[in-house]
Amino acid sequence: MSNVSLVIVAGAGLTAAIVGGTLPAQARVRAAVVLTWGACAAALVAAATVLRTGQPMVLHSSQVLPLTGVTMVLDPLGAVFVVVTAVVALAATLYWLGYASHGLSTRTASAVLPLFVTSMLLVPAAGSVATFLVLWELMALSSLLLVLVDQRNREAARSAAQWYAVMTHAGAAAILLALVMLSAHAGAQTFAAIETYAVHLSPAVRGTAFVLALVGFGSKAGAVPLHVWLPKAHPEAPSPASALMSGAMVNLGIYGIVLVGDRLLGGGPAWWWLVVTAVGVISALFGALHAATSTDLKRLLAYSTTDNMGLVLIGVGASGLFATTGHPTVAALAMVAALLVLVNHAAFKGSLFLSAGSVQVATGSRDLDRLGGLMRRMPVTGVVFLVGALSIAALPPLNGFVGEWLLFQSLLHGLPASSTAVAITVPIGVAALALTGGLTAAAFVKAVGVGLLGRPRSPQAASAHEVPRTMQMGAGLLAGVCVLLGIAPMAVLPALERAAAMVVPGASAHPLQGSGDLHLAGLQDVLSPGLLAAGLALAAGAVVGVRRLARRRSRPRPMLRRAEAWGCGRQLQTARMQYTATSFAEPLQRVFDDVLRPDRDLDVSHLAESRYYVEKVTYRTSIGDAVEHGLYRPVIGAVQWWGRHARAVQNGSVHRYLAYGLVALVVILAVIA
Amino acid sequence: MTGTATGVAAVLVAGAQIAAVAVGGPLLVGVMRKVRSHLEGRVGPPVHQPLLDVRKLFAKQRVRPEDASWVFGAGPVVLVATAVVVAAISPLATSHPPLGPSADFFAVVFVLLLGSVSLALAALDTGTAFGGMGSSRAMTIGALTEPALLVAILALSIPAHTSNLPALVRIGLAQPQVLASPERIFALGAFVVVILAESGRLPVDNPSTHLELTMIHEAMILEYAGPDLALVSLGESMRLTLLLGLLVNLFVPWGVAAGPGAAGVVIGLAALAGKVTVAGIAIATFEVFTAKLRLFRLPELLAGGFVLAVLGAVTALVVR
Repeated sequence: MSNVSLVIVAGAGLTAAIVGGTLPAQARVRAAVVLTWGACAAALVAAATVLRTGQPMVLHSSQVLPLTGVTMVLDPLGAVFVVVTAVVALAATLYWLGYASHGLSTRTASAVLPLFVTSMLLVPAAGSVATFLVLWELMALSSLLLVLVDQRNREAARSAAQWYAVMTHAGAAAILLALVMLSAHAGAQTFAAIETYAVHLSPAVRGTAFVLALVGFGSKAGAVPLHVWLPKAHPEAPSPASALMSGAMVNLGIYGIVLVGDRLLGGGPAWWWLVVTAVGVISALFGALHAATSTDLKRLLAYSTTDNMGLVLIGVGASGLFATTGHPTVAALAMVAALLVLVNHAAFKGSLFLSAGSVQVATGSRDLDRLGGLMRRMPVTGVVFLVGALSIAALPPLNGFVGEWLLFQSLLHGLPASSTAVAITVPIGVAALALTGGLTAAAFVKAVGVGLLGRPRSPQAASAHEVPRTMQMGAGLLAGVCVLLGIAPMAVLPALERAAAMVVPGASAHPLQGSGDLHLAGLQDVLSPGLLAAGLALAAGAVVGVRRLARRRSRPRPMLRRAEAWGCGRQLQTARMQYTATSFAEPLQRVFDDVLRPDRDLDVSHLAESRYYVEKVTYRTSIGDAVEHGLYRPVIGAVQWWGRHARAVQNGSVHRYLAYGLVALVVILAVIA
Repeated sequence: MTGTATGVAAVLVAGAQIAAVAVGGPLLVGVMRKVRSHLEGRVGPPVHQPLLDVRKLFAKQRVRPEDASWVFGAGPVVLVATAVVVAAISPLATSHPPLGPSADFFAVVFVLLLGSVSLALAALDTGTAFGGMGSSRAMTIGALTEPALLVAILALSIPAHTSNLPALVRIGLAQPQVLASPERIFALGAFVVVILAESGRLPVDNPSTHLELTMIHEAMILEYAGPDLALVSLGESMRLTLLLGLLVNLFVPWGVAAGPGAAGVVIGLAALAGKVTVAGIAIATFEVFTAKLRLFRLPELLAGGFVLAVLGAVTALVVR
């Protein structure tokens, strides 16, 4: 098997980074982008070969990394993640060509972005603990730099980067512990060796390794309660980097969980997967709820990443659970569903982040309450965003719908299991999926309706213009993928089946059948995405035709008149009278008051002459992250308290330092004696 | 049967169902208005008045708010298109509709959701406070209804091992004892709550109100006029008919034809019309004696529906 394409990926990626860091300003972005495309193309070739043949691609070199050498093994599971990363990276770098002049053309940015892409392309191909950890760390550091790249203009980026740095390194430490523990027991550090040895491990070791891996990789995937960095860092990064982080990087957290849980350890007891499912349910609901109440466009998208990763985790957990109850085919189906949700998420979230970036470039704001009216001013970006929003709301005929349908079906058919755990999990999982779906729909109706439709809510939005062609194309490419996968999901499903068959031993190789329609093997459930799409198009065409026909019959006069909207008899409505994002979300916020715990502040000041006349009413409301306030702030507070009090020990007095020395000496002598 | 003949049969049955829903929908609304009027001591408009309204509106001029984009015009089209697609594939007249294998319950729900979302987007496109108000409330209610709806579907699908709608109807026909099983009864309760909420009937929304602060659905469609308004009211009545039609066929499946034969389809349509009318009269009667709930009391009602659905799903798991 030719493994030269893996070498090309690394070579082209590193060259792109060097070129981006050295060339003069005019050429560096273009050169870096072209070379990154080379890396992506090589990665796609490698992944396609692996997925077609089913044979892993192996590369070993003892020269590159001292002591351990580099071991790369690209198997079908990893290849799926490589394809996803490569496609998102192609779109994001295409977008970068137009976006570069908005603070992403510095040497650092041009060097770090290709490095980030390359490390993400190679992480799923890592075949040993050392290789994996080096690439993982490279990915974490390069993405951290990308968050910081525009920090001079954005105060919030610094604090976001701090959160991200701490969380990603805490996560990396947990991953390091898990992998090192496994390789120490196995006595070798290649994944293959660990896999063979895993059966001899004691349940305690296996459980500890899995939980550590879940913590480490879960923090990368943005799973609640380890998600706090995500809604800070993803919005603050420049938009191409946000798209890469949300569309590609978080996926690798899921990859890690599947790698350790299913591959290296070969599956585990039911409680592992119940924990994974519970984390998934909580993440999905928490993310969807915050997305529904956010008013910052990119923050909304970031929270919905947490939500979608929660859905993927529900699928992964269900897959593991069904495998423990001896239903490998349904388990494989759940894994395919999880992977499909992940692939879909990469497509629509990438496209949404890129078009949100276009909106930000055109209006200078990502606050929904300062946007509006953009569908008429930025028609292409508007449609691209709309397609992404409808996909993420799981509406047919787009790709999000197919993923959620498959997830529902796998949960439904997991029931022939006799275990109580499954019987409780399934209804809860379905209810969570349903509520998440409803909240996501509300969130994205708000994002599109307040952000793009209606009247412009600020002068900047009123004077917005369409962004450069490359930016439209980058975002449009991923929106096209959403449409394609919505109508013809069978284009990717065989690859996902192959990946799932690797993960779930004993499953039939093809839990899904058919070429146009999706048939569940051995069951009568069918989804016909093509038929639904064609039916909707046909019906919509017919309805438009009827409306036209009615026009012909009526008296000759302009059939479409524009008039002022009704304002209760009041003339001259202003844009401020529209519903804002905050008011749109207010009913949901009230219903879920106990979970969201919004801060409300009402200030009423009175006129000096009389208390009975109100001069001004100020109402402020903001929704913080309950997990951040309840879990992280107390810890940070305690550390700061400790720091402040420890400072009192050192006051600069030499006498006191001498006294410390004396006390220490006495204590040591006492202990030794 | 040859391929062409199957295709022709599919088109005929689907066409018959679409036509029945498109004509029957406004008539159902007319019947419900008539029943309400009678119970309130009024004569009320004739039963076919909604059909006349649709015809009248189609002949009028389209008016669009100054700042609205193409989304405003697309909303009603998508709303009707989704209802047409669901009418074409659902087991309304026959339990073996030619496109039936594609009529997955989850898929049908999401297709209908597409219609609601497009209308909610169109409402925000008007750039007025009312549009946003209606849209916000409708999406909130939609989000809270979803869990009850999907878990209720789960409760029906667990014993049947499928979520295919025609299969669910056939099971009811073949084994009538299933219809009286506890999970079906719990699911029925949940579905009734869901349908009241989704189609904007009392106590969730008052379809005949134009009082600004209580409107939900009416607030969303306030800016529509002429052919667009005709499409909206047609679409809404079709959705109500579809929801009620699916409800009666799932829980009282008698009269549904067993195959795609012409005689069976005609009898099936007649039976459907009768059952849906009875259901519509029941809802109209209920509405006369009910007041609208406060918006923030609605979560309790919907949570009630959700609890029923969960009870259904758990019963289905335990009884098996």
